[in-house]
Amino acid sequence: MTERMLELESVDVRYGDFQAIFGVDLAVDRGEAVAIIGANGAGKSTLLNTVAGLVPVHSGRLLYQGESLDGVPAHKRVGRGIALVPEGRRIFESLTVAENLLIGAYSGRPGPWSVERVLGAFPLLDRLMGRHTSGLSGGERQALAIGRGLMSNPDLILLDEVSLGLAPIVVKQVYEAIPAIRAQGTTVLVVEQDVNQALAVADRFYCLLEGRVSLAGTPDSVDRSAITDAYFGLTHAAPASPAEGGAA
Amino acid sequence: MSWVNAIIQGILLGGLYALFATGLSLAFGVMRFVNLAHGDLAILAAFITLSLSTTLDINPLVALVGVLPLAFVFGFLLQRLVFDRVVGVDPSFQIVATFGLGVVIQQLLYEKYTADTQGLDVGGLKTSSFKVNDQISVGWLPLITLLCAVGVLAGLALFMKRTKLGRAFRATSDDANAARLMGVDVRTVFAVAMALAIATVALAGVLFGSRSSFDPFVGPARLIYAFEAVIIGGLGSLWGTLIGGIILGVAQSIGRQIDPQWGELAGHAVFLAVLVVRPTGLFGKGLLR
Repeated sequence: MTERMLELESVDVRYGDFQAIFGVDLAVDRGEAVAIIGANGAGKSTLLNTVAGLVPVHSGRLLYQGESLDGVPAHKRVGRGIALVPEGRRIFESLTVAENLLIGAYSGRPGPWSVERVLGAFPLLDRLMGRHTSGLSGGERQALAIGRGLMSNPDLILLDEVSLGLAPIVVKQVYEAIPAIRAQGTTVLVVEQDVNQALAVADRFYCLLEGRVSLAGTPDSVDRSAITDAYFGLTHAAPASPAEGGAA
Repeated sequence: MSWVNAIIQGILLGGLYALFATGLSLAFGVMRFVNLAHGDLAILAAFITLSLSTTLDINPLVALVGVLPLAFVFGFLLQRLVFDRVVGVDPSFQIVATFGLGVVIQQLLYEKYTADTQGLDVGGLKTSSFKVNDQISVGWLPLITLLCAVGVLAGLALFMKRTKLGRAFRATSDDANAARLMGVDVRTVFAVAMALAIATVALAGVLFGSRSSFDPFVGPARLIYAFEAVIIGGLGSLWGTLIGGIILGVAQSIGRQIDPQWGELAGHAVFLAVLVVRPTGLFGKGLLR
């Protein structure tokens, strides 16, 4: 029987008077890779920031491993096994590459990931360990950001726009690490504008349009033109019900 | 030789300014917090030490054993209960809150101790010195103050570089929200930073009170020197703070050598010159490095 890792029920998110997320239902099972796709401003990053605890839920329920995350601050969510690799990497410039990895393990959560294993997944970091981060390339910074997230030994890793600003060859290298991450039992929730890249690694996907789920399904079961329509809002696909969008 | 003496005395004076400035630099570096009550907190520590030393009949420097932990706990609670509410919001709230705290401290000290000037009696240490040659002598208390400043800054630098919490300090300084995503309890980092800041300024206050007279209203003047040292050295740069303090002390000492009235003027002039030539300070490239 599959175990529900993350569940959002009718979640609304607001920034003051501005509502960014409208009644989103979403479910992720343990061991899955789920993609959230959508155009700029669709609410994808807000959704991940909400799960990570940087943005509060306005209404609705956010359950992680069956328990509500209401009132649980972001730093404690890391201890419970949620890691967010944020958009823009947000590498610590005052720290060396090695120190950036070590701060990822700040919560002391036990698990399979160590500096050695991260270097195994991202060999390009090995020769950079003693360096400060200011001279790193975009690909190196992204590898460091993901490695830093893995150092907290998460059960659920949230990847926000990992391909943004990277050359296609680098994006390919970054995405090649996802199977290795899943092999350690880590569940992956990835947010992407690059639909093809996201669907290539995902078991299931949700498409967001203006803060609402416009389409959900598996990459193989949904026609690409329907995805395009849901992505751009050309013709509104019927919003996915939890049963349709939920895990098998 | 009198110029050499002026420079040496200025360096020693700079140690005291650096000690006053360390806490300001730390609080700004970690949480972009400017504490206008910083000087008043130093004077509060001097008065508490005065009471402790006279009540228990002990040397004020021995009383530091109790005063420094007390200052650390006070700083932690001050951050948690008051300053947390004004971190990360409009800076004008910080100004009002800390300026208000400074006024409250001054008035409480005035009620308790009156406006009479006081001094901490450290016995012969206050005037004892050793001769370098016939024209230059170095006071033990100023030398101890400089060594304290170097020791505190070296300790903080090691703490930042070598410890897990120190890494969390630097990460929080870079990006507090990203630090939260690493599992860092940023509120605790802020509270420990303020605890260290208040402990260092308490040490500065007691050493100041051991070599000069003080009253409840001299805190703001100490704050100005601390600000100048921090800005000359570069905001948030710990070792820059020491260099900034020494530059300020040497400028004042040389100014006084030219004309006894020019001491403070020379210090302020150097501060303004640094602001004009290098607004980020001499070592202001990054925070907490």
